[in-house]
Amino acid sequence: MKTLGPMIEKAGGVFLLPVAIAILAFVLIGAPSSWLTLTVAGLSMGLMLFLMASGLSLVFGLMDVLNFGHSAFVSFGAFVAATVLAWLGGWVGADSIFLNALALIAAISAAIVFGAAAGWFFERVIVKPVYKDHLRQILITMGALIVAEQLILATWGGTPTNVPRPQFLEGAIILGGSSLEVYRLFAFIVGVVVYAGIYFLLNKTRIGLLIRAGVENREMVEALGFRIDRLFIGVFMLGSALAAVGGAMWAGYETLITPALGAEMMVIVFIVVIIGGLGSIQGTLLGAIVVALMQNYVGFLAPKLALASNMLLMMAILLWRPSGLAPAVK
Amino acid sequence: MSLLSIRNMDVSIGQYAVLHGLTLDVPEGGVFVLLGRNGAGKTTTLRSIMGLWDRPAGSVTFRGEDISSLHTSDIARKGIAFVPENMGIFGGLTVAENMVLATANGKFDPARLKRVYALFPALEQFWNKQAWSLSGGQKQMLAVARAIIEPRDLILIDEPTKGLAPTIIHGMGEAFKDISQSTTILLVEQNFAFAKSLGRDMAVIDDGQVVHTGSMADFAADTALQDRLLSLSMEEGA
Amino acid sequence: MNRTMNRTLSVKIIALTVWGLLLFSPFLFQDVRQVEVAARIAVFIVLVASYDLLIGYTGIVSFAHTMFFGFGAYGVAIALKQIGPGWGAWTLGTLSGVAVSIVVAILIGLLSLRVKAIFFAMITLAAASVALVLASQLSQFTGGEDGMIYSAPDLLKPSTKLLTDAEGDVLRIFDVRMNGKIAAYYFVFITCALMFWAMLRIVGSPLGTVLKAIRENEGRAEGIGYRVVAYRTAVFVIAATTAALAGAVYATWLRYTGPDTTLSFAIMIDILLMVVIGGMGTMWGAVIGATLMVLAQYYLRDLMEVASRATEAIPLLPELLSPDRWLLWLGIIFILLVYFFPAGIAGTIIRGRTK
Repeated sequence: MKTLGPMIEKAGGVFLLPVAIAILAFVLIGAPSSWLTLTVAGLSMGLMLFLMASGLSLVFGLMDVLNFGHSAFVSFGAFVAATVLAWLGGWVGADSIFLNALALIAAISAAIVFGAAAGWFFERVIVKPVYKDHLRQILITMGALIVAEQLILATWGGTPTNVPRPQFLEGAIILGGSSLEVYRLFAFIVGVVVYAGIYFLLNKTRIGLLIRAGVENREMVEALGFRIDRLFIGVFMLGSALAAVGGAMWAGYETLITPALGAEMMVIVFIVVIIGGLGSIQGTLLGAIVVALMQNYVGFLAPKLALASNMLLMMAILLWRPSGLAPAVK
Repeated sequence: MSLLSIRNMDVSIGQYAVLHGLTLDVPEGGVFVLLGRNGAGKTTTLRSIMGLWDRPAGSVTFRGEDISSLHTSDIARKGIAFVPENMGIFGGLTVAENMVLATANGKFDPARLKRVYALFPALEQFWNKQAWSLSGGQKQMLAVARAIIEPRDLILIDEPTKGLAPTIIHGMGEAFKDISQSTTILLVEQNFAFAKSLGRDMAVIDDGQVVHTGSMADFAADTALQDRLLSLSMEEGA
Repeated sequence: MNRTMNRTLSVKIIALTVWGLLLFSPFLFQDVRQVEVAARIAVFIVLVASYDLLIGYTGIVSFAHTMFFGFGAYGVAIALKQIGPGWGAWTLGTLSGVAVSIVVAILIGLLSLRVKAIFFAMITLAAASVALVLASQLSQFTGGEDGMIYSAPDLLKPSTKLLTDAEGDVLRIFDVRMNGKIAAYYFVFITCALMFWAMLRIVGSPLGTVLKAIRENEGRAEGIGYRVVAYRTAVFVIAATTAALAGAVYATWLRYTGPDTTLSFAIMIDILLMVVIGGMGTMWGAVIGATLMVLAQYYLRDLMEVASRATEAIPLLPELLSPDRWLLWLGIIFILLVYFFPAGIAGTIIRGRTK
C-alpha cells in the first residue's frame, strides 16, 4: 500500500481517474464495441463540457465571482449557431466540403462574437456592481439567467429548434464493430484544439502569466503594478465566448434544442467545476471528462441514474478532496 | 521634504476604527522602522499607502504628489514596492515567473538581476522551481527580490523576520542594509533587535496613531520609553 | 431607537393584519379561488420564513428549498396514495418526508458548509435538480411528470359534513358551509401559523443571536468560539424540516402533488423573490413578500392578459405584456430589487429612509 500511493502520484495522480473509470466501465459493460462507442461519446461530450465550464472556472479563480448566469452563454451560443446554420441552409446541405465548412465557421464565429458581447454586457452591467458580495452576486446572476432564458424563449419560441448539421459531419465511422459518429470525433478535435490554445495562452504568454498569478493572489498582482480589472473583463469575455462555442457544438450534437438547454447544462457544468476544482484549466478538463464518461457509462448501464451518479461522484470527491481534484494553488 | 507623508489618515473596518488621524513622515534614504504592539495598525498603515483599502480618509503624499486616490497598480508604478506579511508569493509559478511579473515590461535589467543573485544566491539555484516548494526564508528572499528587480524609491516591508531562523534573519538584515543604500525602506517589525540594527529613524504606532517618532539611536538608548510604548511585547533579542 | 421600534411595530402590524385576513378569509372571500389563494399564501409564508432563516440569518444561499418542500409533499402524497386516506398514513408520510429531509440536509450541510460557502449554492442546486429528475423518472412511486391525485383524510374531504343543521344538511355560518373544505383550510391556517410562530421564537432565542453574530462577522464568531459549521448545519436542518412540513401541509390541501407544485425550479425562484421583496433577515418580511407575490401570481397575470389584449394593435407591446412573459418581468424586477432595494419592504421600513 505504501508504495502504491507515490506510484499513482508519479503516473499522473488524480488525472488517472478517467482511466480508472473507463477500465471499471469496460468490466461492467462487457461488450468492447459498446464500450468504445460510449468512451468516444464520453470524451467528445467531456470536451464540449470543458468548453462550457472553463470560463466559469477561470472567472471564479481570477475574481472570486461565481456566475450563476454562465449557462445563458451556452444557450445563446447554441441558438445563435442554429440560426446561422439555418440561414446558410444551402451551404450546410451542399455537396461541397468547402461550403459546409464555411457555414460551420460562420456559425461558430457568430457564437463567439455573440458570446463575447454578451459577456461584456454581463460583466459591466450585472456582475460589476456586486463584486465581493457573494450573496447578492448569486441572486443577481441567477436573476440574469432567468431573464436570459426568457429572452431566448421570446426570440426562438418554446418549440424545439432544429439544428442543421453540415453534410460532412453526418454519418459514422465503423471501427471494429463499434460505430463512432463523425460529429463526436469533430467535437473532440475542436475541444482539444481549444484546450491547447488556452494552455498556450496561460502558460506561454505574459497575459497568461498575469492570469495565473491573479488567480492565486489578486492583490499582489496589483501591488506589482498591473490592473487586474482590465484583465478580468478580457477573461470574462473569453470565458463566455468559449461557453458559447460549447453551446454551439452541443447544439450540433443534440440536433434539437430547447430554451431549457442552459438550465439543463448548468447543473452538469457546476458538477464539473466542483469535481475538477475551481480556477484551474487542467482541473476543469479533468472534471469534464470524468463527468461525461460517467454520464455515458451510467446512461448505458442504468439510464435513469445518470445525473444522480454524477451527484454521488461529486459528493464522494468532495469528501476526499474538499477543493476538488486539481484546484488552482491559492 | 520627506519622501512620503501621511496626514490624518482614518481607516475603519466595519464599526472599528483601525487608524484615526495617523500622521507620519518618512524621510528619504535608509530604513524607517514602524514599531508598535500587535493590532496597533502597522500593517493597515502599509496597506493604506499601497491603496489596498477602499479610499481611506486623509492624504498620502509621495514625492509631493497626492497618491491616496490612485489605484494600487498606479501607486506601484510610481515607484513603491510592497512586501506583505504573507509575502504574496505566487506558489504555482516558478521563481523565474515570479520575478518576471515584477518587471515592468517582462525583461530583466542584467545588472539588477545580477545584484539579486548576489544578494540571494538561493534564488539563482532554484530559479526554475515552483515557488511553493521554497523554504520560508527563500520565499521571503523572493518577495524582497521582486521588490528590487525594478528601480524603486520606496519599499514597504511587513514583518520580514516572522517565523524565520536566526541565521536567515541575519542574512536578511545584511541584504536590507545593502538595499537601503539606494532605496528607502519602510519596515514594520516586531523583532526589536533586528529593527534596532537597521533603523535610522523610527515611529511607534499605538491605537491607530503615531505616539512617538525620532531617531532609532535615541529610542534604543531610552529603555524607559521602550517599556512605556511597547510594554513587554518586544524583548531584546527575541 | 424609539423610531426604529415604531417602524418595527408597523411591519409587525402589517404582517399581523395579513394573518388576521387569512384567519377570516373563508368568511371574507367566498369565492373558491380566493380561498385557494389564502391557503397558498399561508403555506408560502412558512416556506419563505424558513428560507429566510437560512439566507437572512446565516447569509448562505440554498437552491434546494423546494427539494425539502417536495420531500414533505411527496411523503404525504405517496403515503395517502399507497396506504389510503387516513391520519395514520398522513403521519407516516409526513414523518418520512421530514426524516428524509433531515438526513439529506445533514449530508449536504456537513459536506458543503465545511468546504466553501459558495460551493453550497452550487451543490444545493445540483441536489435539487437530481431530486427533480428522480421524481419525474421514478414514476411508479411518484407519478412522474403527471404527479399524483389522492384523497385527504376524511375530516378534510370537501364532502364531509362538519356541522349539520336540523335537516341534516351542512350548516351554514355567515353563509359559509361548515364542510371538510373549511376544516382543510383551518388545518392549513393553524399548522402554518404555529410553524411561523415557532420560527419567530427561534429567531428571538439565543440561537438567533448567535446566528446574527455569525452573519455579521464569521471570522470573529469563530474566534469567540462558536462552531460556525455546526450552527449553520443546524439552521439548514431546521429550515429543511420546516419546508418539508409546509410541503406536507400543502400536499394535504391540494390533494395533488407533482413536480410543478413542489419541486420545480420556478417555485424556488418564487421563494427567492418573496424573500427579497419582503426583506431578508426580518422574518416578518416573509409575510409581506409571500402575500404580494402570491396575489401577483393569481391576479397580475390576468391583468397582463387583459393589457396584452388591449394593446393588440400596437406592435411589440402585446408581446411584452403577454402572460407568457411573466417570468421575464419577474427576473428583471428581481435584479433591480437586489441592486437598489436589497433590504426589501420590511427591511426598508424598519431602517427608515436614511441608509
